[in-house]
Amino acid sequence: MTPVSSKQYADDVSLLMVLIDTNPLFWSSSAAPLSFSKFLSQVLSFLNSILLLNQLNQVMVIATGLNSCDYIYDSSKGPTSQRVESLLQKLEEFVVKDEELNKDDSVDGIGSSLLSGSLSMALCSIQRIFRSGSLHPQPRILCMHGSQDGPGQYVAIMNSIFSAQRSMVPIDSCVIGSQHSAFLQQASYITGGVYLKPQHLDGLFQYLTTVFATDLHSRSFLQLPKPVGVDFRASCFCHKNTIDMGYICSVCLSIFCKHHKKCSTCGSAFGQPQTVSTSNQKRKAP
Amino acid sequence: MSNYGNGKRKPVNEEEDDEDDDGNERDTEAWEKAYADERSWESLQEDESGLLRPIDNQALHHAQYRRRLRSLSSASAASRIQKGLIRYLYLVIDLSRAAGEMDLRPSRMVVVAKQVEAFVREFFDQNPLSQIGLVVIKDGVAQCLTDLGGSPESHIKALMGKLGCSGEASLQNALELVHEQLNQIPSYGHREVIILYSALSTCDPGDVMETILKCKKSKIRCSVIGLSAELYICKYLCQETGGLYSVALDEAHLKDLILEHAPPPPAIAEFAIANLIKMGFPQRAAEGVISICSCHKEAKFGGGYICPRCKARVCELPTECRICGLTLVSSPHLARSYHHLFPVTPFDDVAPSLAPNQHRRPKNCFGCQHSLLNPGNIPVHCVTCPKCKQFFCLDCDIYIHESLHNCPGCESLRDSKSVD
Ligand SMILES: [Zn+2]
Ligand SMILES: [Zn+2]
Ligand SMILES: [Zn+2]
Ligand SMILES: [Zn+2]
Repeated sequence: MTPVSSKQYADDVSLLMVLIDTNPLFWSSSAAPLSFSKFLSQVLSFLNSILLLNQLNQVMVIATGLNSCDYIYDSSKGPTSQRVESLLQKLEEFVVKDEELNKDDSVDGIGSSLLSGSLSMALCSIQRIFRSGSLHPQPRILCMHGSQDGPGQYVAIMNSIFSAQRSMVPIDSCVIGSQHSAFLQQASYITGGVYLKPQHLDGLFQYLTTVFATDLHSRSFLQLPKPVGVDFRASCFCHKNTIDMGYICSVCLSIFCKHHKKCSTCGSAFGQPQTVSTSNQKRKAP
Repeated sequence: MSNYGNGKRKPVNEEEDDEDDDGNERDTEAWEKAYADERSWESLQEDESGLLRPIDNQALHHAQYRRRLRSLSSASAASRIQKGLIRYLYLVIDLSRAAGEMDLRPSRMVVVAKQVEAFVREFFDQNPLSQIGLVVIKDGVAQCLTDLGGSPESHIKALMGKLGCSGEASLQNALELVHEQLNQIPSYGHREVIILYSALSTCDPGDVMETILKCKKSKIRCSVIGLSAELYICKYLCQETGGLYSVALDEAHLKDLILEHAPPPPAIAEFAIANLIKMGFPQRAAEGVISICSCHKEAKFGGGYICPRCKARVCELPTECRICGLTLVSSPHLARSYHHLFPVTPFDDVAPSLAPNQHRRPKNCFGCQHSLLNPGNIPVHCVTCPKCKQFFCLDCDIYIHESLHNCPGCESLRDSKSVD
């Protein structure tokens, strides 16, 4: 690899971090609209075309499994002529290892893969790119996700989203499953990325190349899918119901759908409910 | 250097030219000033054999960060999960004559304003449901620049518009004003004051001790950051009310001292009464609908949010509904605070002497894949997570604890999910 200083980085050089959902329960279920091998062949063509768009472009792939996450491809390592197909071997090793880690079969439904883990790893790598000097490719993250959201990952995923927002790294989402992902809708909305749920997955390659292939600089000239109705309603900690009005513990900010005597998260005891509005404060005319 | 031994003649040198106009410091030579300003000796340290070496900044930075992390985690272990997450903070900025001093460049007040701007942004990033108000002291009186509010831009704009210093400073007037304002806030809120004090005296209309006692009774936590020298009255104020007192040595130190106040302080149970607060989570209004917004009182096209109780339209979150008074937030606003409640455990140091094959030490950092070996295959200093036992480089260690707030190793394990 040539040293960074000798490279000419323009604003159209990209670092694409791709997070691929490898959840075997999802890909073997009826929720998967196409087979994993068909999906992979379209993704591989897409990644190869990214590398051909600009010889300085960099692609890294992280596999998001059911029990673990791992890096499976980095275009900056190995021979320069190496094509993305070389990730297949590492992917196979990863899937086998991920399956061995599966201890209990008690996962109900198709389960959720560890998106919070692969997002955190991707962000760590991107920070290294930022630290490498003032000349670096423009990083972005693309989540290709099919499994449903795991409620237990909520805090970790939100933490990752805010960290990405602070470092101005957009998180693009391409949802393959049958349902929308509330996590990824928020991720793309907050970080200024693109959220897309393709209608006809036979043409996945077309969607990928038209929406996600452009570098960040050129995006401003395109008409990309606009977010339609991001659901910012919260879900209560007691029943996991989605609510539009509720009570917040003033100590730990836990959300409840009705009034409790004691907070189940932090143990504080409460008095009477109260609104933040201070009625004794005069309301000023503008 | 061509100018040594030239007696009183000023050297001709571009970078020192403009400093010649400073006026009041004629007695020091320009070359002396170059040394006095840059303090180049501070970036040197002595090694074991007595030789001077430049300070290893990275190691120093990391050691400093570890110390801060340890003190934080021990503090939070003592007070468990309780943090003052809903804060009502007044920032008092001293704009008396002393703020015009030029020991910080270009002047104390410009430096303070710059740091306050950074602080206000960081504060709202970390405390999305909290509010700030600005107070300035000038000509012996305290004046409310902005009321308590949640919009960083309006505070910063107000401060930048009012930058100018004159007269004396009055600690008592400032405390009285803040006390009156903070007495109106709800009982579950944490009341705080941070005073950025430049003056070396206070010019008060009455007994300042009585005012301090009043603040103590109202459970207002007062902290002072001095810009000149330590003052007994400030120290006393902070001691009495449970705040922090510190004096800034230079601009970088001032920045550290101010930003120390951005994360929520450990909550002291009796200081704020726990309560359930009723809040609304509005949905985004449909695109392309014309509605009258209740905050600007004008017809707006699309966007905005709808109050779930009275269906009024507001432009921004978080806010308080102008019609029914319900606090309106979005779930991401609450989520921004959760990392204070579930912090990442500090990582353990790994001795660099440990051979790579022993202890099953991996070759790469789990987070960023960077090699944990130096060019000569010598293992570098790294850390390990006590929960998931993965190894991380020092850069990732800092990033994980200061910005990400997730351990990538723990998040990539299904088992650890049940722990959190
Ligand atoms: Zn609570
Ligand atoms: Zn309302
Ligand atoms: Zn690392
Ligand atoms: Zn861990």
